[in-house]
Amino acid sequence: MKKFISLLLSSIIAFSFAVVAPAANEKTVLNVYNWGEYIDLSTIDMFEEENPNIKVNYTTYDSNEAMYSKIVSGAASYDIVIPSDYMISKLIQDDMLAELDFDNIPNFANVDKAYKNKSYDPENKYTVPYFWGTVVVIYNSKYVAPEDAEKESLDLLWNEKYAGKILMFDNPRDAFGLALTKLGYSQNSESEEEWQEAAELLKEQKPLVQAYVMDAIFDKMEAEEAWIAPYYAGDAIIIQETNPNVDFYIPKEGTNLFFDAMCVLKTSAHKEEAEKFINFMCEPEIAAMNSEEVGYATPITKAAKELLDPEITGNPIIYPGDEFLRENTEVFVNLPQKIQMIQSALWTNLKIQSSESGEKESALDWVDWFCIATAAVGVVSAAYFIVRNSRRKKLWKSAV
Amino acid sequence: MNKSDTRLKRIMTAPFSVWMAIFVIVPIGLVLYYAFTSSEGGFTLENIASIWEYRGTYLISIELALVATVICLLMAYPLAYSISKMKARRQQTMVLLVMLPMWMNFLIRTYAWMTILEDTGLINTFIKFLLSLVGYEFEGFTMINTNGAIVLGMVYNFLPYMVLPIYTVLTKIDRSVIEAARDLGAGGMDVFTRVILPQSVPGIISGITMVFVPAVSTFVISKLLGGGMTYLIGDIIENYFLGNTGEVNYNVGAALSLVLMVLILISMGIMNHFDEDAETNGGGLF
Repeated sequence: MKKFISLLLSSIIAFSFAVVAPAANEKTVLNVYNWGEYIDLSTIDMFEEENPNIKVNYTTYDSNEAMYSKIVSGAASYDIVIPSDYMISKLIQDDMLAELDFDNIPNFANVDKAYKNKSYDPENKYTVPYFWGTVVVIYNSKYVAPEDAEKESLDLLWNEKYAGKILMFDNPRDAFGLALTKLGYSQNSESEEEWQEAAELLKEQKPLVQAYVMDAIFDKMEAEEAWIAPYYAGDAIIIQETNPNVDFYIPKEGTNLFFDAMCVLKTSAHKEEAEKFINFMCEPEIAAMNSEEVGYATPITKAAKELLDPEITGNPIIYPGDEFLRENTEVFVNLPQKIQMIQSALWTNLKIQSSESGEKESALDWVDWFCIATAAVGVVSAAYFIVRNSRRKKLWKSAV
Repeated sequence: MNKSDTRLKRIMTAPFSVWMAIFVIVPIGLVLYYAFTSSEGGFTLENIASIWEYRGTYLISIELALVATVICLLMAYPLAYSISKMKARRQQTMVLLVMLPMWMNFLIRTYAWMTILEDTGLINTFIKFLLSLVGYEFEGFTMINTNGAIVLGMVYNFLPYMVLPIYTVLTKIDRSVIEAARDLGAGGMDVFTRVILPQSVPGIISGITMVFVPAVSTFVISKLLGGGMTYLIGDIIENYFLGNTGEVNYNVGAALSLVLMVLILISMGIMNHFDEDAETNGGGLF
């Protein structure tokens, strides 16, 4: 709900900007396209105050894929987008990102060197990291037995004891990532058999799952409607703030480490202003404000070490430390086309499979026969009516 | 009909024709184009053939939409009938009440149902509270994330579209015909089944169309109230266009929509021919 209201508000804001824009014709409009609930909106006001000739038009999306299809369709022109790692490498592959002029971004020096030159942008030519984090398992300690939670394992998501109280990612990349990790495979596996196995594991889990959701997780975990869910570490903190019974851990099998980084699109007509915006977001004070608001970990060293609440920056789940990250986490890369098609097919297959019925793979079951019969009846009756109608029209004509 | 009349007619309809051409004809042409081409642009029937895989999904979508339509009809007809019998002022108020929920955003209304149906939602909390007063521990009903919840969402959201056309047709029925039937000795039941019901068929048919078509193609209701556990055909089409599954494929998406469109057209066609009067009364869609 919170998410939805913020979406509503941001679209109202976007709309009002669109109305105001023609009047303030001197101003450059900077179109920023970001994840929902992923900024302290007052930082935008501060940026506009500092740069009175720039107007920020801020809009949001709720998945990398939605963002991608929007910018590819060319329906709207954006200057800055803030996608995740694997989507960035896809955008670089598609030649859609502009190389940044780091002379205009002096604050890039504030970024901790651990978060530069990552696999999605090895020479760090296109991106400036915005937030990073890990996927954690969130659980409600009121209902989940301590001995189950203490194992800190992904098995909790497959534990039949909690059937009907488990939520799961409603996006294939994260869901398959968890299943692959549980099987001990790489989240970026390029082996078709491993993906098949992961799909089997997800199928096994489906009867235990209450719902496949993304942002609805906030409401459902806070209200104790569901007890167990995998999600992003930053959001886990937000949920915990509302419901103190909620706790979370990094699964011992390993997890996904993600980066969301600011990029400028090649089609942008205001690259310099866009770089100014990126530079502003790298000010330690601003980064600290954003991090405090959204709960995710900031890559800006000074903000993390000096400005933020040490209780959070000292939390090994939010800031697990370089060594831990290197050994226990994996960053998504853009999957080869073939694997992407397999992922898509397996996911759709998982979702269209009824959760109640088991496997039944006969050649033609009653569903098939029903479809054939319906189609046949449809075609025959359509033909009949067409023939009859044309005959009646002829009669009518001859009568007149 | 003389010439200047035709010209006037043409000028009057020109804006609508242009509108139809741009926003109806062209998009349907695009759907056709994408459905019969491969991603490289050559002609192919593969997209249409690949739809066989989703027959189960078509079936469950149609099944849920049909159940919702029947429930809507059973609820809407008595309501519309009793409204049409009221005094003029009360009729206005009642019609307003039927339309009132539509003033609020569709998404927000559906979201509200989530918090009503959840295991810790309004209904369950209330029942648990009542039973706890008599010292009974109650587990609660599972309502959200089921097919029943999806049907409920459809019925709730589309009910006004069934009530309004039926109500309109019922108010237009000539009172003198009913009086004539009475004079000729028909009882209350006979008047209804042989005079009122046949005359209201056009309204029923447009009501069924207006409920069934959006219900069979919905994807928001199944996502919010079905918890993503049941995939409807609308969900799959959405995924192919937005690439939520990691694959953007306009071609298969267009083929899926095309088949859905044809299925709807066929069923509407069959239904309209159930009653021949529908054509002459001008209430039907075709």
